[in-house]
Amino acid sequence: MKHLMTGNEAVARGAYEAGVTFASAYPGTPSTEILENMAQYKDDLIAEWATNEKVALETVIGASMAGARTLAAMKHVGVNVAADPLFTIGYTGITGGLVLVSADDPGCHSSQNEQDNRYYAKFAKIACVEPSDSQESKDYIKVAFDISEKFDVPVLYRMTTRICHSKGLVTFEERKDVPIIPYVKKPTKFISAPANAKMLHPIVEAKLVELEKYSNETPLNRIEWGDKKIGIITSGVAYTYAKEVFGESASYLKLGFTFPLPMAKIREFANEVEILYVIEELEPFIEEQMKVAGIACIGKDLIPRVGELNPDIVAKALLGKERETIHANPDLIVGRPPTLCAGCPHRGFFYTLSKKKNVVITGDIGCYTLGSAEPLNATDSVICMGASISMGHGAAQAFKKNNVDKKVVAVIGDSTFFHTGVNSLITVAYNQGNTVSVILDNRITGMTGHQENPGSGYTLQGDSTNVINIPDLVKAIGIKHVVTVNPLKLDEMDKAIEDAFAFEGPSVIITRWPCVLKHFSPEDKKEFDLKKKLCHVVEDKCKGCRICTKTGCPAISFDATTKKAKIDKFMCVGCEVCLQACPFDAIERVGE
Amino acid sequence: MTEVKNILLCGVGGQGIILASKILAIGLIKAGYDVKMSEVHGMAQRGGSVTTQVRFGEKVYSPIIGKGQADILVSFETMETSKWLDYIKPEGQVVINDYEIPSAPILSGAATYPVGVIEDISQKIHTTVFKASELANQMGNIKTMNVIIVGALVKALGLDNSINWEEVIKENVKEKFVDINLKAFKLGMDQVK
Repeated sequence: MKHLMTGNEAVARGAYEAGVTFASAYPGTPSTEILENMAQYKDDLIAEWATNEKVALETVIGASMAGARTLAAMKHVGVNVAADPLFTIGYTGITGGLVLVSADDPGCHSSQNEQDNRYYAKFAKIACVEPSDSQESKDYIKVAFDISEKFDVPVLYRMTTRICHSKGLVTFEERKDVPIIPYVKKPTKFISAPANAKMLHPIVEAKLVELEKYSNETPLNRIEWGDKKIGIITSGVAYTYAKEVFGESASYLKLGFTFPLPMAKIREFANEVEILYVIEELEPFIEEQMKVAGIACIGKDLIPRVGELNPDIVAKALLGKERETIHANPDLIVGRPPTLCAGCPHRGFFYTLSKKKNVVITGDIGCYTLGSAEPLNATDSVICMGASISMGHGAAQAFKKNNVDKKVVAVIGDSTFFHTGVNSLITVAYNQGNTVSVILDNRITGMTGHQENPGSGYTLQGDSTNVINIPDLVKAIGIKHVVTVNPLKLDEMDKAIEDAFAFEGPSVIITRWPCVLKHFSPEDKKEFDLKKKLCHVVEDKCKGCRICTKTGCPAISFDATTKKAKIDKFMCVGCEVCLQACPFDAIERVGE
Repeated sequence: MTEVKNILLCGVGGQGIILASKILAIGLIKAGYDVKMSEVHGMAQRGGSVTTQVRFGEKVYSPIIGKGQADILVSFETMETSKWLDYIKPEGQVVINDYEIPSAPILSGAATYPVGVIEDISQKIHTTVFKASELANQMGNIKTMNVIIVGALVKALGLDNSINWEEVIKENVKEKFVDINLKAFKLGMDQVK
């Protein structure tokens, strides 16, 4: 029987079949569902959320050193966070098979850039495997573990959004129980002191030579002969686009093992075909290495290096073929930007903050990035996970030294605070900066679809666990002014911000209210009044001032004909932010 | 080799587009087709546009299509149709659930909901318009709108007889919602002549 699965589900299944006993990740689109799906195999393996990608990879390195097959998963920019240990295990190698899944996001569907992480494999001198569909996602991960153990090398398993989130048919196999490799202390291998590192470098170079030999032999790199007028070298999802466009009218060298490249096989293929195209998404990773090796080919001269490819883009670039299309009247298209949900606890905070003048707001990665959008406009920067607090500190120090009178507010979510924000806050406390750091604690990791975190009280595999007390943690760091508020109470929220502004030295505000979409835990139900309520507009009182629409709530609309505001009763959850914002008391609770 | 058929579904987060695509994909698999389905997660969940693609045939390589390649465009929301119209083949067809969900710029009064979307589209391509959300409301559950649309789509594609859709729906919705969804599916089929 075949199963319809996403690439992420297939990787989880493959890792299970490969005998993995420990896996770790930090959630990040498009990688999140890999660990979520591994969690189901609780009898056979441990699957954990780590606080960040560096920690995830390090736990996995530990499991490998202990002798177990192990996997870490993260989005492409997560590998930047994990780069420090990654480059060193390129030298040390592994004991139990180690696979790092990098889920890249061409087209920036949910990311701040579209970096091509195959370069990490080359840079860190480790092997790179790229599947093209769900079945390969499952099958190749098993091969990746074999490669890892055979060559004593970590494997970068490079996926992309369309592999991760597209569904295709997958055939299952049984799990192979892989016994743990008995532990032996290997100080010259795992202690990367300079003396050892110097010894390890030539070993790594020799390994790469062996890996290239393997690359030329492995069935992961296969030639599909068709018409030899056109030859196509391709990998990942681009292979499926190439097949779609050229079908039997070309020959293919389909690369599933892309570092080290099979240069002998590439040369053999190149010699047989008349025109040689390299079709790869994003950067010319394969093309550049071919050109260095003196193999002529056509790639990024014609194929875009920006954004996602699709069959049409490939056809247009290489064949000049464009399909006939029809277009709607552009005047009839209105954008649909994502918004904070109706009842989102972040709204009360951002609405209050948006009214403050002379403030620089450094933001972070999460749903609350949407605080930057119309009509709230309450964010000045978003760079990477955890940067809000550290950038805020740098900005405040620069303003102070240069006599610029501006307040700085850093905004970060609970999970992002645990990720890397905590280090930044220690820096603020240590250097006695004068920022207001606001931790938006909505009791869950929201943006990626509600993953548990160290503050939520539950683990990935559903066990109850220790809960970090954020106010205690912040105080222990050395922050003297710490306030916890309900962000939906606008007067309390406003007072908290004003008090923090008035305080000399670093301060922290914690807004504590659960995400409106969260599956509430028994603890949430005990702590918060979560009964669904409803607000409505009293038409006689509404003056049509539109102040309620400035909250950006998707349940509120303004009727241009009646000049009155309206609340959608199916969307409203009765958070009462609009009720408090209305200067004419025209919004009331239903039934009161 | 049979030609690959491409279905593009679009709408707004929360309308049940992913489940609709899944029901469709599983039905097609049961009928023996190779199927690929693509969806975009992430930011799209926060009230933004959602789109999925279902491709089926003897052998399907790419999970996604480009412009001018969809055989059928199924839109769960009126103005979303316009955004994806350039993905349809000129000889393809469009199915629209005539239901307006104003986006953030419209809610805030910065823009108004466009008037004349359906007229614009039906002039350009074979278009079927129906009010699945209203029908779902009449049946007593607005959430069955997605399955009404699947019913209409299955009929429009001529796949109503070759696949046991009742079984697919039973296997993919919660038990207490099976009956209402079966009714919704049939109601959807009845909308397409």
